[in-house]
Amino acid sequence: MSTEKTIYKKPTSLTDRPFTYCWGCGHSTIHKLIAEIVDELGIRETIIGVAPVGCAVFAYDFWNFDVTEAAHGRAPVVATAIKRVHPGKTVFCYQGDGDLASIGMAEIIHTANRGENITVIFINNTNYGMTGGQLAPTSLIGQVTTTSPNGRDVKNYGYPIRVSELLAQFEGVKYLERVKVTDAVSVIKAKKVIKKAFMNQINGVGFSMVEVLASCPANWRKDPIESNEMIDGEISKYYQVGVIKDVK
Amino acid sequence: MTSDNKKAFIKGNHAVVEAALDAGCRFYAGYPITPQNEIPEFMSKRMPEVGGTFIQAESELISVNMVFGAVAAGARAMTTSSSPGISLMQEGISYMAGCELPGVLVNVMRGGPGLGNIQPSQSDYFQAVKPGHGDFRMITLAPSSIQEMYDLTFDAFDLADKYRNPVMILADGLLGQLMENVELKRDRKPLYLNTPKPWALTGAKGRDGQRILSLLMQPGVLEKHNFKLKEKYDLITKTEKRFELSGMENNPDYLIAAFGTVGRISKGTIRLLKQDGINTGLFRPITVWPYPYEALKEAAKNVKKIFVFEMNLGQMVEDVRLAVEDSSKIEFYGRPGGGVPTAEELYNFIKGKVG
Repeated sequence: MSTEKTIYKKPTSLTDRPFTYCWGCGHSTIHKLIAEIVDELGIRETIIGVAPVGCAVFAYDFWNFDVTEAAHGRAPVVATAIKRVHPGKTVFCYQGDGDLASIGMAEIIHTANRGENITVIFINNTNYGMTGGQLAPTSLIGQVTTTSPNGRDVKNYGYPIRVSELLAQFEGVKYLERVKVTDAVSVIKAKKVIKKAFMNQINGVGFSMVEVLASCPANWRKDPIESNEMIDGEISKYYQVGVIKDVK
Repeated sequence: MTSDNKKAFIKGNHAVVEAALDAGCRFYAGYPITPQNEIPEFMSKRMPEVGGTFIQAESELISVNMVFGAVAAGARAMTTSSSPGISLMQEGISYMAGCELPGVLVNVMRGGPGLGNIQPSQSDYFQAVKPGHGDFRMITLAPSSIQEMYDLTFDAFDLADKYRNPVMILADGLLGQLMENVELKRDRKPLYLNTPKPWALTGAKGRDGQRILSLLMQPGVLEKHNFKLKEKYDLITKTEKRFELSGMENNPDYLIAAFGTVGRISKGTIRLLKQDGINTGLFRPITVWPYPYEALKEAAKNVKKIFVFEMNLGQMVEDVRLAVEDSSKIEFYGRPGGGVPTAEELYNFIKGKVG
């Protein structure tokens, strides 16, 4: 008699393709959490994802469910249309901070304001990862990037935008929470929060967005541990983790 | 409106709405811009009546990308705009072409460049037949009457699905605003409407997930995709060229080449010339991409001159030059910036050239 017991296996909603993200990058963890949630909710055959422009454009290589690309910043309106065509399906977009908070600011604001019943996973790593670490609207004051070599100076670059707090004012927005994925405890918490954002859609609650503070060691010029320390320190000091809005 | 065939006295912009709904379009997103505002206005009333989705988008970038999403999900979908808005939509058009998605767009052209004005114009011929970034083509239909606004809009949905390619109706402010009697073909059956779209994103029921994408990073893969697209464009070029050719039975000395509104005005010019005993033929391309080069070449073979008339500084005339071997036979007259020529004006131009 075998005493072997499966305590963990790769989610069905992931393909067999190994993640190609940089070491310590937040995307791999968050992709996997989404795949686990899709499995747990039994929605692999009814979910449609929208990938952004940025590192996570390749999300469709790793998720084994239907995914479309969208032009830079346009994921929420592509998702809106898919949801309107298939109101019974679960539709979400996955966007980085360059995509969502810069070029796609109009798209996310109006989608939120229309109260579209979709789920948005917003990955905030305070820079443009794919293009090599340029300044994003979310970059911290003083943050050195390839386009702010002397650090973010507010006189020249303005202030970092807290998108979740910005969206909180819209009546159409039902759920906003900011999480991080820097250790086991925060990963388990992040999974619960992301799951709730999907459950909200399934239950018809309305527009829900989870902002995930994610690391970008390659562009931050730090190792993964230092990167997580930076999130636990100065990044989550500016972008406070927790519930921002939760309309019951 | 009833479900029967019927005549209606309506604006071109209204005819676009009726044709789209009759062709099975059930998703529309649009943004206000003159002179096409009647389209989103009528659509906001009519689309809910047939159970479809109307969204007033917050920009043309948003409306075209909503159409991208709706057609990716398998619906028939349309957006409409006028020249400056079409400039913004070029992003979404290119993505739809790359992803092989069947979106329908209507451009009710106005004067340009820049904000220009709101008078009728043909200033966007170039951005229709040579659209967007990347190496792609867009089927472009140029109506010249309100009946054609209806018929060609209907055709646009069938063509888009047939080839999985964006299709544009290249109209202008005059065609948008003009009212005429139109036969609404309520019993016309849309082609391909019920043809399965196995590529569409509907949820991965009983299968692996599938993708809609235009990003092909591996060396050689995009090149291969571009060649595959070219095969499609070649097939469209071979199969779908459409034009109106008239007056050739009289062995005319002259030929007018004009599209859309100017093609129609030219018919008045031809009647005036006839009174002087001058026989003139008319070549009016209905598809401006693919352009009916061979038909124009044949029609131009035995004429002394080809008069090319446009409401711009000379855009389609470049295609006429490609079609006609002897460019010295071509005389161009254009009215840019919202100028609409009269039949007499074009008549006087021809008389000035031929004595």
